[in-house]
Amino acid sequence: MTSQEKKQLQITACQVRMGIIESTHAAKCGHPGGSLSAADMFTYLYFKELNVDPQNPGWENRDRFVLSKGHCAPGLYSALAHRGFFPVEDLLTLRKVGSYLQGHPNMNSVPGVDMSTGSLGQGISTACGMALAMKLQKRNNRVYTLLGDGEIQEGQVWEACMFASHYNLDNLCVIIDNNGLQIDGEVAKVMSPYPIDAKLEAFGFHVETIDGHDFDAIEAALNTARAIKGRPSAIILKTVKGKGISFMENNAGWHGVAPNDAQYEQAMAELNQQLAELEGM
Amino acid sequence: MADVKKMATREGYGKALVELGREHEDIVVLDADLAGSTKTGMFAKAYPGRHINCGIAEADMMCVAAGLAASGMTPFASSFAMFASGRAYEQIRNSIGYPHLNVKIGASHGGLSVGEDGASHQCCEDFALMRSIPGMVVICPADGVEAEAATKAAYEHTGPVYLRMGRLAVPVFHEEGFRFRIGKGEIMRDGKDIAIIANGLMVYEAIQAGEKLAQLGIHARIINMSTIKPLDEELVLQCAKECGRIITCEEHSVIGGLGEAVCSFLSETCPTPVRRIGVDDQFGFSGPAAEVLKAFGLCADHIVEVTKEFLGK
Repeated sequence: MTSQEKKQLQITACQVRMGIIESTHAAKCGHPGGSLSAADMFTYLYFKELNVDPQNPGWENRDRFVLSKGHCAPGLYSALAHRGFFPVEDLLTLRKVGSYLQGHPNMNSVPGVDMSTGSLGQGISTACGMALAMKLQKRNNRVYTLLGDGEIQEGQVWEACMFASHYNLDNLCVIIDNNGLQIDGEVAKVMSPYPIDAKLEAFGFHVETIDGHDFDAIEAALNTARAIKGRPSAIILKTVKGKGISFMENNAGWHGVAPNDAQYEQAMAELNQQLAELEGM
Repeated sequence: MADVKKMATREGYGKALVELGREHEDIVVLDADLAGSTKTGMFAKAYPGRHINCGIAEADMMCVAAGLAASGMTPFASSFAMFASGRAYEQIRNSIGYPHLNVKIGASHGGLSVGEDGASHQCCEDFALMRSIPGMVVICPADGVEAEAATKAAYEHTGPVYLRMGRLAVPVFHEEGFRFRIGKGEIMRDGKDIAIIANGLMVYEAIQAGEKLAQLGIHARIINMSTIKPLDEELVLQCAKECGRIITCEEHSVIGGLGEAVCSFLSETCPTPVRRIGVDDQFGFSGPAAEVLKAFGLCADHIVEVTKEFLGK
């Protein structure tokens, strides 16, 4: 990609992060940490990778995205809103009574959400079902799913990996946000999933491990994944939980807590500073 | 009974899938290494490309079915009732029920009549689990012909359906070509002394009991209530008003099944004395199906006894 394109993605990612902070602050709850670690991937997917149409969210030839780690809905919603699926100001209704922006994604209420998720381990299986449907219907569209690194402690994830490999779902790309932290602390200490790459390789996946905040690396890995035939691909994103907000970075305490008013002001000031620097470049 | 044709309800399910598959390209059948037992093997033989074996991974299978349905296919996901409704309960609740996806769950080997395999496989809790999910249709056909018709009706219905079938070959009393209507009970015998509302293999037992009771001068109305949810409330109310007493019969726990559905409806609309025949908050045990069923009172003779006691005769 050109440096201009990259800068635009970085600007958009900064805006997506602002949406995460604004929506969780307004809701007084929600999951900013994992939304922020995946914000660059959400941005790349919705602004470069996925073949989707915000004017026609149900278009049957669209690529599908399943947020298997459904609690990171604030990140998904912010990307969808900025991509034009619904008004950005609606992000402030997150988790409120009467809002279509439920705490976890609801495919029947949010334009652009392809599957209702929230219970960990299930989204990847539904993505397998979608990828299989595309094969049966002889469509060329692709299916992407994003999982947390704590989520892969769920046994069902590995049932799904067996399935994806057994049915040669090369139209499926499994993305794992390896920010290293889950609610109770470091994933390595709670219940180590490591080595993640070797496990996925053993299950038959093409695997790449990249810096999940580097758009060049994200682009290269997704391009490779698209070219791999005969087996599914997995991309392990090395990320920082809470990325972009100094006091949230690498802190498990920000898994499921919203910023208070003072923290909100500071977080937004930091993001505005980042935005100004990018726009001034 | 040698002259009565017998067929397991799972057999009707397998036959219907093959017929449906011929006409409808959108049908995909999933199984979890039990294709021989659930009878989806018949579909696998006819349409190998649309039969997806998921291996022994019911949780994954239910969510794969959800993803297929979200992409325009109509999946029938099959396993034993225990593992479909039990192992994969939360997958069904969150990935099929909550998004109200068009997934049909074909659960065979329900109830005590699994027989020799024993309690670990004798699922008597599935009606309760599946009824509690908003928007889920729950059906337990009474014979092979009805199962075939119910499977076709499930396909015609848009939304999730749980079909509970049995392992045991049971007498067939529906005519070939029978048309199943979801949510409609069927009057198998008329009478006004008492109404016996049954489903699954208990319907035939109830019919037999009705004949024996008639010889004793008791005229029981026998109802086949194969759809547990949505319940045919109109028919239940009519039975309550015209018969005054109701007995429910099911191959399921008395907790959360047909009996409780009837009781909870009537207690709010037309309080009526009810006796529930079912598995009385216990686990089953190994043995030939007929013997196990008899030990739990799931037979015509026990229905007759309960009726006589209930009517004070």
